[in-house]
Amino acid sequence: MPTVSVKRDLLFHALGRTYTDEEFDELCFEFGLELDEITSEKDIISREQGDTKAEGASDVILYKIDVPANRYDLLCLEGLVRGLQVFKQKMEAPRYRRVSPASSEPQRLVITEETTAVRPHAVAAVLRNITFTQERYDSFIELQEKLHQNVCRKRTLVAIGTHDLDTISGPFTYTAKPPGDIRFKPLNQAKEYTAQELMSLYKTDSHLRHYLHIIEDEAVYPVIYDSNGIVLSMPPIINGDHSKISLNTKNVFIECTATDLTKAKIVLDMMVTMFCEYCEEPFTVEEAEVVYPDGRTCQYPELAYRKETLSADFINRKVGISESTEHIAQLLTKMCLRSEVMSDGEQIEVEIPPTRSDVIHACDIMEDAAMAYGFNNIPRTTPRTYTIANQLPLNKLSELLRQDLAAAGFTEALTFALCSQEDIADKLLKNISETRACRISNPKTAEFQVARTTLLSGLLKTVAANRKMPLPLRLFEISDVVLKDESKDVGARNNRRLCAVYYNKSPGFEVIHGLMDRVMQLLEIKPGQGNGYHIQAADDSTFFPGRCAEIFACGKSIGRLGVLHPDVINRFELTMPCSALDIDIEHFL
Amino acid sequence: MADTGLVETLLRRVEKVDGGLDSQDVATSLGVDHQAIVGAVKSLLALGDVISADQRSSKHWELTGEGCEIAEQGSHEARVVSSIPEEGMPQSQLMVEHLEDLVRDKLLLVQKGQASQLEEKEKNELKKRKLLSEVTVKSYWITKGSCFSTTITKQETELTPEMIASGSWKEKKFKPYNFEALGVAPDCGHLHPLMKVRTQFRQIFLEMGFTEMPTNNFIESSFWNFDSLFQPQQHPARDQHDTFFLSDPAQAHEFPQDYLERVRKVHSEGGFGSQGYKYDWKIEEAQKNILRTHTTAVSARMLYKLAQQEKFTPVKYFSIDRVFRNETLDATHLAEFHQIEGVVADYGLTLGDLMGILHQFFNKLGITKLRFKPAYNPYTEPSMEVFSYHEGLKKWVEVGNSGMFRPEMLLPMGLPEGVTVIAWGLSLERPTMIKYGINNIRELVGHKVNLQMVYDSPVCRLDS
Repeated sequence: MPTVSVKRDLLFHALGRTYTDEEFDELCFEFGLELDEITSEKDIISREQGDTKAEGASDVILYKIDVPANRYDLLCLEGLVRGLQVFKQKMEAPRYRRVSPASSEPQRLVITEETTAVRPHAVAAVLRNITFTQERYDSFIELQEKLHQNVCRKRTLVAIGTHDLDTISGPFTYTAKPPGDIRFKPLNQAKEYTAQELMSLYKTDSHLRHYLHIIEDEAVYPVIYDSNGIVLSMPPIINGDHSKISLNTKNVFIECTATDLTKAKIVLDMMVTMFCEYCEEPFTVEEAEVVYPDGRTCQYPELAYRKETLSADFINRKVGISESTEHIAQLLTKMCLRSEVMSDGEQIEVEIPPTRSDVIHACDIMEDAAMAYGFNNIPRTTPRTYTIANQLPLNKLSELLRQDLAAAGFTEALTFALCSQEDIADKLLKNISETRACRISNPKTAEFQVARTTLLSGLLKTVAANRKMPLPLRLFEISDVVLKDESKDVGARNNRRLCAVYYNKSPGFEVIHGLMDRVMQLLEIKPGQGNGYHIQAADDSTFFPGRCAEIFACGKSIGRLGVLHPDVINRFELTMPCSALDIDIEHFL
Repeated sequence: MADTGLVETLLRRVEKVDGGLDSQDVATSLGVDHQAIVGAVKSLLALGDVISADQRSSKHWELTGEGCEIAEQGSHEARVVSSIPEEGMPQSQLMVEHLEDLVRDKLLLVQKGQASQLEEKEKNELKKRKLLSEVTVKSYWITKGSCFSTTITKQETELTPEMIASGSWKEKKFKPYNFEALGVAPDCGHLHPLMKVRTQFRQIFLEMGFTEMPTNNFIESSFWNFDSLFQPQQHPARDQHDTFFLSDPAQAHEFPQDYLERVRKVHSEGGFGSQGYKYDWKIEEAQKNILRTHTTAVSARMLYKLAQQEKFTPVKYFSIDRVFRNETLDATHLAEFHQIEGVVADYGLTLGDLMGILHQFFNKLGITKLRFKPAYNPYTEPSMEVFSYHEGLKKWVEVGNSGMFRPEMLLPMGLPEGVTVIAWGLSLERPTMIKYGINNIRELVGHKVNLQMVYDSPVCRLDS
């Protein structure tokens, strides 16, 4: 969930009133936001770097507000204020308009064929006669960063470049070139670098190094030039220094390059709708023309208003309220979804503005109506759905056995389903190839290399972590292991196991054997061949030679028991003899 | 047991006096060691109210070893004088007209128990010369108890089968028990606290008529875990940083083909009333095997199965099982945890129904004050975070997530248009940590568990 940091007093000024922290928290809650923290720059620096560093830092109160991940229109002060003011019915939602330039051709961005391989899409727009102040400027920069981190997926899907239009001249060319052929002075650097040099320069940059991988291994890098060959940007890494915007910039050229065109359009709409209120003619955006390699042209930003028609009955039925059509239309209008009751008095025509890219289905509109009504004002009802409960037979059996194993003097352990390869193979004197283990491709540490194929290693690790406890230790666990299985759609299946260990000064084979007898008794299986159970000597590298037996029940092999091999004891950093039981309980369903 | 003769002698002495006796005096007058009298007092006390005894202490002066020697043989000086032979009398001797051995006299006074005749200063001087020492004596002041008697009967420690058979227990006196002591711990096994809480949540769902889903499949395809839930392929949850992917078996190989096609379409083009996400949906992404990040993957499989029935029947499902996140670990987060999930599918369910059912569910956990905050979740709309009022913290804390599954998830499965599916989820670890007052999750889950905590954990009643 993205967090937006705004100056409290600036926010209250824009909202036209002050709130206590509690009042504002309450307003956020209603609107689906969360006032996460009340702090100041000074507080943040002193917490992160110590009091001495914080000296002289601003102590202006900051509100940190958590915004839902799909509400890109609330990622800056401008958007938050607009959303809240419309919600509180202090203002009407503005109408955003795309306009043609007054006296000239629109700015053009020409996309060349070469971009196809690396970053094929680009859109652009112009904010004409904008007035920045320090706060507006900061917010403008901050919004780009928020969009980059969220909808742009760390610039992989979309990268935004903003430029002082008066320092460059169109038409602009979006192309891709071998890194050695790109050379320019990047933002805030003193000299020119080739793209190759830049990649090594930014290797150590705490911010930019996270984006290098996006194009690093490509044969060509994306780049935007103006008609004089000046580099505007090398997306998605860095802009040129030449066209950088400042507080005095009057005309802003915005370009978004992308691997996902839908997202690029959304991002461009967000950038312009949030800041066009500071243009000489508020809420207008000057169009730019994008020319595709095949000669097609498109005007951007799209600023598309979409209409949906739905019935009041639909909303009442889904939410569980019974409001009039008029009232529902009012509720939706409060959420920046301008709505009108249609002539039949039942249908509502809802207009979805370009800022609400999150609204893609009638259910999204229904949610907004419910929010505006207030979730906590909806009567709480009991569904009449009549059903009979059933337990999953496997879980029912596991629950019953757990109770009786505890009654038999064994204590339940709860161990991890993920572990290292060593845990299930080397430490148990087994070869990993015979384990049928599923392997994880991206573990951050060795603890998550594989899914366990046995519960035994987890139990032995539990014993090792509790060596100070009085002996004997009697532990059990009934849980799932994971085995590769070609017959399943995903190529693997869980297997429910019962595992127990007895750890004491003497191996206690008879104790673990007695537990096995008890389990069989609980499962109503009598000793004997055929339909009964019996054990017979077996070879298993995990166990001490001559001290391991295989368990057969109803003619099938269901597991093993025995005294663990001294090398296993050692490898789990244990010192006492130990006997163990491991059975598959799925046979008893 | 003290010597019975001594016990009886002591009782007779107590009988004779009106007030009480000091054990020290008894020892002196009987000429026995004081410890023997103390033993007799203690065994009488154990019989109940035969006597009562208050401990007290007194101080008195005693001769040291050297002091005793002087008391017996005279002071060193006196001994020198007396050892001068009769034949000669050196000059120095003339100084002594008459030899008075004052030191010896003083020590003798102390030895006779008349130390009080000496002044404090004199006693301290002798103490400095290491001839006297002051000792503290603990003694008992013994008086008659409410059941005083000079004859004592031997008390029995335990009831025996013979006593029951002969009825002799009626005549016997029994040694009282010490009810202050702890009993002997029973030799038994214990259930794990997290599993005890799981049992209770299972019970609650069963009481509410919910059927348990088969969640015994930790490995899931991205298709069922994400795509079927209308979670777009570029969603950050599908990042390497958040999800465990598998290298073996790396891919799932079997999908219901026509359903997969409908899922592809609703993501990339929309449909079923939706705009869709309008991106290039790739089967390769959907095939990737992962460790499931939520049990909702199983809910999706169950709802798909339900949609394949000839005629829709309403269902209530639940599950409590492990899920996996490739997250940074800390005191409250592990790479695996248990998710509790409830799902209801029926015609005409409302958001009010969801809140009502959540109210009933949390009521069973002892949580009565609930409120709901709008939230975002890719596969539910509306989505609501559930908050409960925490009396201890005096604030609202998040206790779960809930919502209505999106039509883009349900309709491609083939569920009828009017069917609404409401669902909610929470973690099992968090309520357990709160219930058992555990701050570090590693002490609860995994092999580093503190077994003493498991042994000591109380039964789990969630509503009290």
